[in-house]
Order: sequence, then C-alpha cells, then structure tokens
Amino acid sequence: MTAAVTAPAKEPANEPAARPAKDKPAAGRAPGRFAAVVRHRAGRKLLPLAVAALLLVPLGIALWGGGSWPAGLTVDVSGPLDDANAWVIDNRETHPLFLYFLLHLSNTATDAVDAVYSGLDALGWAGFAAMAVLFAWRAAGLGRRGAKTAAVAAVVFAVCGVLGMWDATLLTIALMVVAVALASVLGILLGLAAGLSDRFHRMLRPVLDTMQVMPAFAYLLPFVLVFGTGTPAALFCTVIYAAPPMARLTALGLRGADAGVLEASASLGANGWQRLWTARLPLARKEMLLGLNQTIMMALSMVVIAALVGAGGLGEEVYSALSTVDVGKALAAGIPIVLIAVWLDRTTAAAGERIGASVPGGSRLLHGWRAWALVAVVTAVVAAAGRALLTRSWPEGWTYDISTPVNRAQDWITEHLASGIPVLGGTEVWSENFTLWVLNPLRDGLVWLPWWALLLIVAGLAWLVGTWATALTSTLALGAIGVLGVWTKSLDTLSQVIAALFVTLLLGFALGIAAARAGRFERWMRPVLDAMQTMPQFVYLIPVVALFGVTRASAIIAAVVYALPAVVRITTQGIREVDPAALEASRSLGAGSRQQLLQVQLPLARPALQLAVNQGVVLVLAVVVVGGLVGGGALGYDVVKGLSRGEMGVGMTAGAAIVCLGLVLDRLTQPGTGRSGRRHDN
Amino acid sequence: MNTRNSRTIRTATATAAALGLLALSGCGAAETGKSDEAGDKKTVKLTVPSWVGAQANTAVAAYLLEKELGYTVKTQQMGEVLAWDALSKGDIDGILEDWGHPKEEKSYVDTKKTVVKGGDLGVTGHIGWFVPKYFADKHPDVTDWKNLNKYADEFKTAESGDKGEILEGSPDYVTNDDAIIKNLKLNLKTNYSGSEASQITAMKKYAKAKKPFLTYWWTPQWLNAEIDMVEVKLPAYKEGCDADPEKVACAYPNTPLQKFFNADFAKNGGKAAEFLKNFKWTTEQQNEVALMIADEKLSPEAAAEKWVKANESTWKTWMPKK
Repeated sequence: MTAAVTAPAKEPANEPAARPAKDKPAAGRAPGRFAAVVRHRAGRKLLPLAVAALLLVPLGIALWGGGSWPAGLTVDVSGPLDDANAWVIDNRETHPLFLYFLLHLSNTATDAVDAVYSGLDALGWAGFAAMAVLFAWRAAGLGRRGAKTAAVAAVVFAVCGVLGMWDATLLTIALMVVAVALASVLGILLGLAAGLSDRFHRMLRPVLDTMQVMPAFAYLLPFVLVFGTGTPAALFCTVIYAAPPMARLTALGLRGADAGVLEASASLGANGWQRLWTARLPLARKEMLLGLNQTIMMALSMVVIAALVGAGGLGEEVYSALSTVDVGKALAAGIPIVLIAVWLDRTTAAAGERIGASVPGGSRLLHGWRAWALVAVVTAVVAAAGRALLTRSWPEGWTYDISTPVNRAQDWITEHLASGIPVLGGTEVWSENFTLWVLNPLRDGLVWLPWWALLLIVAGLAWLVGTWATALTSTLALGAIGVLGVWTKSLDTLSQVIAALFVTLLLGFALGIAAARAGRFERWMRPVLDAMQTMPQFVYLIPVVALFGVTRASAIIAAVVYALPAVVRITTQGIREVDPAALEASRSLGAGSRQQLLQVQLPLARPALQLAVNQGVVLVLAVVVVGGLVGGGALGYDVVKGLSRGEMGVGMTAGAAIVCLGLVLDRLTQPGTGRSGRRHDN
Repeated sequence: MNTRNSRTIRTATATAAALGLLALSGCGAAETGKSDEAGDKKTVKLTVPSWVGAQANTAVAAYLLEKELGYTVKTQQMGEVLAWDALSKGDIDGILEDWGHPKEEKSYVDTKKTVVKGGDLGVTGHIGWFVPKYFADKHPDVTDWKNLNKYADEFKTAESGDKGEILEGSPDYVTNDDAIIKNLKLNLKTNYSGSEASQITAMKKYAKAKKPFLTYWWTPQWLNAEIDMVEVKLPAYKEGCDADPEKVACAYPNTPLQKFFNADFAKNGGKAAEFLKNFKWTTEQQNEVALMIADEKLSPEAAAEKWVKANESTWKTWMPKK
C-alpha cells in the first residue's frame, strides 16, 4: 500500500514454515551457552574492526581532524547537476535525443491519458458507475463475495459524486489506469528477468530500493525539464515509484515456484519458454496479483505529488485547498483517493483469493469471457440510457459541501486539545517536551560524535547483524553522505527518523499484538489503517501543525501515521501465523495468556517483527520530505526546496543523501541476515 | 535455472526493447509544440501559483477572458520555477504575478527570448519581518531591529533553543534571513515551516493565544486583514545591498509584481494577449478578491464573478480596443 509493503508483506506468509524450524535449535539451547556463543561470535567479529580502527582513526584525525565531517573530504555535485539542467533547457527543442525519442514518449503519454479520460467521460456518470460496479462484481467472483465487493464499489462512487469530486475522480482514475498499466508491464519485465537470472536479481535490488526510497520530489524536476509539466512528468514519476512491488513480487513468485512441478514439466519435455508459460507463470499468479495490488496503492499515493507539476485530478484539489489552509476542502478531495484505494484493494484482493479456488455455482452464462461480455454490454446499455435520460457529468444538485462542518470541527478540536488540558497538558506541551527531551539530545548527540566514531559504530553494528559485505555497504553509504557535503543535515534527519521509528514500533507492536489476539479489534481497525496509508499527508498536515506547532515533532507525527499501518499489519500477521501446535503445547503446560505471548508467540514471530522494523525504517524515510513541509527541516526541506526553486543540485543531493541513509538503516535492520543470509525475496 | 534458458530470455528481452525504441522513434521527429485550438474556441493557458493573491489575479483574468472575450481558459497549478519552464515551452501562455526570478529571467527573456515581459501588475510586493500588533503595542521599541535581541527571549520556542525564533515560510520564497541574522549579530534562529499553509496555521495559532512571535512575512497577503501585524525596521534597502547573498544586512526591496508571457502568445495571442497586457489593478482590489477566496471560502470563480460585477469601470479599461 506504500513504499512499504512490497515483497515483505509476503514474507511472513512464506517464511514461518521454514524460519521457526531454523530458529528452534537456537532457542532450545541452554541460555548460558547461547549467550557465550554470541559473545564469542561478536567478539571475533569486532576484534579485527577494533584493530583496524586503532590504526586508521589516528591517521584520519591527523589528516582531516575530528569533529564534524571534514571539508576536505567533500565533493560538490551541484555544479555538474545544474549544468546538466541548463543543457536540457538549451537543447530540448533541437537535440535528436528529444525530437526522435523523448518527445514521442511525452506526447504518447499525454494522448493515452487524454484518450482514457475522454473514454470514461463519454460513458457518462451512470455508465461509468455501472462499469465500476460490474467490474468489481466480476473480478471478485460471483456469489456473495462478489456482491459485497460490488456494493463497496457502488458506495465508493456515490460518495465521490456527492463530495463534488466526480470530474477530478475521473481524471485521477484515467491517470491511474495508464500509470498502473505501464508500471505493471515494466515491473513484470524486470521481475521476469530477475526471477530467471540470479545475477540480474542481485543487480536489480539496489535499483528497486533507490526507486522507492529516493523522494519523488527529488527527481520530479529533471522529469519536468525533459518531459514538460502536466501529464507526462507526473506519469513517469508515478511509474518509477509504483513499479518496484510488481517487479519484486513477480521475481518472488517465479523463484518460489514448486520445484516438483517444474521437474515434472521438464520431464515431459517442455523447453524453457514452455515451462515459463505453462508452469512458472501460472504458479506465480498469486504473487503477481498481490504485486498489482501494491502497485495500484503506490500509484495512488503519488497522485498528490503529481499535482505539484500540474497533473490535475484529485491531487490538484488537495494541493489547491492547502493554499487557503482549508482542511475541509482538502479532506473532500482526500476521501475519494482513499475510497478509490479501498475499491481497487478489495477488488484485487478478492480476485487474488479466488485464484485456485473452486468455481462457485451459477449459470454458465456467468463465467469466463461470457461474463466479461455481459459486463461490457450492461455498461453500454446503462451508459446509453444514462446519457439519454440524465446529465453526463454528476448532477450539481446531488453534491454536499463538507468543508464548513469539517473546518468547524477541526477548529474546535485544536482549540481544546492544543493546550490547557488539566494534568495531561495538551498536545502543544507534549510536542515541546518531546522536542526538548528526546529530539534535541538525540540530534545533538549524533552531531557531537566525531565523524570517524559514527562510521565505526555503523560498521560494528552492521557487522554484528550481517556479513562483512553488509558492514562495508553501510559504512560506504554513510561515508557517501559526508562526501556529498550534507553530514550535519543528514544527522538531523537521522535523529528524527530514529525518534519516529521508536514511536512507530512502540505503537505498532502494541496495536499489532492487540489485533492479533482480538479479531473484532482488527476488523474495526482495518478501515482506519487503510485511510492512514492512502489519505494524502497534505490533508492532515494542517491539523497536525495546529495541534503541535511548526516543529520537528509535527514531522515525526506525519511519519508515524504513514508508517504505522504496515508495522501493525506485519506484526499481526506474524503473530497469527505462529505454529498453533506450539501454542497448544504451551497452553497444555499451563502457560497463561501473558506467558504465551511473551514466551511463545513473540519469540516465534521474531522474523516478522524484524521485518516490521525494517519496513518501518523504509516508510519513515519515505515521508521525511513531507516532514520538511511542516517544520522538519534538514534533508526533507532541501528536497522540496530543490523542486520549488528549480535548484536541481540542492534537491538531488539531499535526495541522494536520503537514499544513503535508507541504505544504512536498511542494512542495519535487515531481518535474519545474521544466520540465514540474504532476504530471499528482494 | 539453466544458463541457456536465461540467455535466450535475456536476448529476447533486449531485442524486444530495441524494437520498441525503434518503433517509437521510427515515426520521425515529434511535435514539440502543442496546438492552441480546442474545438472552435481559442484556448488561453494560465498558471495558478499556490498563494491566494495570485489565484485572485488568475481567477479574474480567466473570468473576463471567458465571459467577455469568449475564450476557453485552462488553468494549471504548479510551482513557480516549473511555471517559468512551462512558459518558455509554451505549455502555458502567461504568469500574472511574478515576485522576481532573476535567474530565469536572464535565461529565458534575455538569452533564449522565449518569454517576454508583460509589464507591471500594479501591485507592489514587500517582504519583511513582522510582529503582531498586540505585541508591538505593548513593546513599541520592538519594531526596530536594534532592539530585537532584547526580545529574543519572548520569541523562544522548543525549536530555537536559547535563541529567539523567526518563523520562515515555504522553500519557494526569496529569503536572506540567515545572512541578515548573522551579519546583524542577532540572537535569532530561523525555523523553516516548509509551506505557506503550515506557516499560516502557526501564525493563526499564536494570534489566537495572543502569544508574541516574529515571522518572515509579506504584503499584500489576505491574512493581514485577519491578523494585524507591524513590520520590524531592518537597515534600509539600498540598490545592490543584497548582491552577495552571504553579506546581506539590509531590508528587502519593494517589488512591483510583474507579468510574463510566452513570446509566441504575446505576438499571436490576439485579443487575449492584448487584454492580459492591459490587466492592471491595485493591491486593495487584489486583496478584496483574495479575502473572498481565503476567508469566505468562495471558489475563485465565484469570487471573480462577484468582483467583476461590482467593478465594471475598472475592468472595462483592460478590454482590447475594437
């Protein structure tokens, strides 16, 4: 649904079978011996590092001094970047690269989106609604499940219309259709290559990571320069952001194919291509559908950012509401985005569950291509009837303006919660204390550490959780931040990320455990989590500022809201999938509910919990930029500044630093690298 | 996976990709410009900057172009620098309110000649440091920068530590504040709110609680009608005192806001171009429309309609000569 739940969401589902088995011997050992082994292992690993440090650190200090990152070791990349910027502006009307290639791409993109939009618009609102409902019904399977999904679709589009967002919704859906189609094709091609070749798989992984962690704000500007404002730049940025989950899950599906089936098809004389078409791809269908689901969600989360370069649609409504500080209006445009996400999520999820399930009963007329033809025919009939009897766009009179009541509610809430609550103090006081007692010491501590000490700490930690390669990558990535000349700013951002991560994990684990143990709580929370993930952050930033002020604490809250759902979901799933036999055994030994949780469920769900930590890192980093819009400062602010002032050097440098931070944190939190090697899924 | 198989697939993928590129580029040079015609009506494309004052300009211009001159107007919201780029490419025809982009002006107007100046908008913009009036009334000497250090304690927040905080706006804005603070040896610290919306939200909050604050701010701005603010005098602006960004120690200049048009549009835009060149109104008139949008929450179109109906004598003079 976000930068997050890419392949990882899959992992808990796949792993438990293998992982706990691997973990059991370790857990079964006597605690004393186990600790000794760890100590021994850690010691063995850290000793050479300590020796190297003893030799190198004095040399480093002698050459460049201690303290902050030495100026002699930085390279200013903004000059060449700004030159590239100027070159593009000077050559884009004459250079063959543009005339014969890039401009074709841009014109095709515009035409494609325009075509889809006019197609949807031509159906009229009644026709489009009929199509959306029938599509959901058909894709989710017939019977009760399908009816429920269809009902969701009907409600979704009715609300979009009532909120007065019909046209904007159509435009957004048109953009989404083209973007998702392109992203899926790209993702499947990359995923196929990665699924079939190990070397390509290894090469692709850092590329996919960069595609997701690099803030879109940072590369929006070059895209605008090359492709122009409006649809094309927005479309291509969306594709870049949304393609990775498709690629990851396709590769995962292909790699995870049952060896027995492949063996069988090989023994029947199928060659490579036949095996791919008849065995491997069909077996990977479920993963690929999950990939499509994730791609759709990520494309939706780009909708608002795309509005910054004039893509129109719901994003533009949110963005323009911001300029008058009108939360109600922004919410009116944000709700349809959430609802589209719900519609597509429920539809693809239902379609996914249907794969491999037995065909439900019903007339033969309602299956296969016949059903699709029926959908088309009914849509055409309703569209024709609707255009004859009703207006083509959503009738004005059927809209309701929610902005006034929402704004009034927001004013009331901020006025009553911001300060003056007895004993608790109010949000403003909390944010002040959080800044003073958590954020400031954390930042000052990181900045105070000499640069070489920080490099050593990271190297040591990475070596403990992984191999020498992990240590090398993360140390180099941290070094790269220094070389880029944004050392202090990056540490500021890092301190915010750490604090946000801490809060996210605390809340996420608590809620995740509660949800895993109480089904009703989980059902109740699901729509809330959906909304948290897809509601454009711009919508809730204003209330957050009103409650917490222009401080880094506000930025952290934005990050927590965005990252929390993934952590909760992964935790819940991880605990749910704990082997029931182990639970049963502990219960028969008389373990209480609390003991079961602490001694059985949590230890066995450890891989999932580690994954949750890792996803938390990725997601929190993904909103660092948004934090820059509410007083987070540091790298996030620089990225936004680069885009809004056309300073490619500033924006791209900060963007690259965020990617490097992501790399360091990802390596330090990678689940299971210590014992079972690389995560197999990405 | 055996190597023969994966090689076949790799070759196939590469071939497919190459063919795709060929197919795309095979059809000759692409069109660079976009047609201005939409049906039988002529289209004018305008940018809508993110702040409300500029939205007011665009809304009134768009309303008159559509209702009086029969054009179709497409408006597109985007960042300022992006808008300049789009203007140069002809993706949009005009910017009605520009606060000064010397770098872009030099490259597009002087060197490439794809953009031309469109004259004054009639509104003069001014950036400065402001404190709320309720605070200035209590401490009248705060309005001179020399006394700011005395009040630094009053402006302290959790973000600024032991210094006073000056609230900053969106990264879009022109600011020399860090240099000014350093060069005037002020005990202040900038806090970048990162967007106009969060800056306004913070200011409204302070004003409601009648707390002291110091902020980077500007006129004309619709919020000034809601929160009464007084400017802090900085050392007077002299031509060239802001030439070196590191050494600035003076106030911001008064900027007569400018219009800019795409060169082709200015030449061949007919009545629309003539009308937009004539478009010129006052700060008060702009604020009137801006307040309707921001405070009464009217849609820009509705606000424009209301203003146009009440001010016929003003806009009649903008109309092209028959």
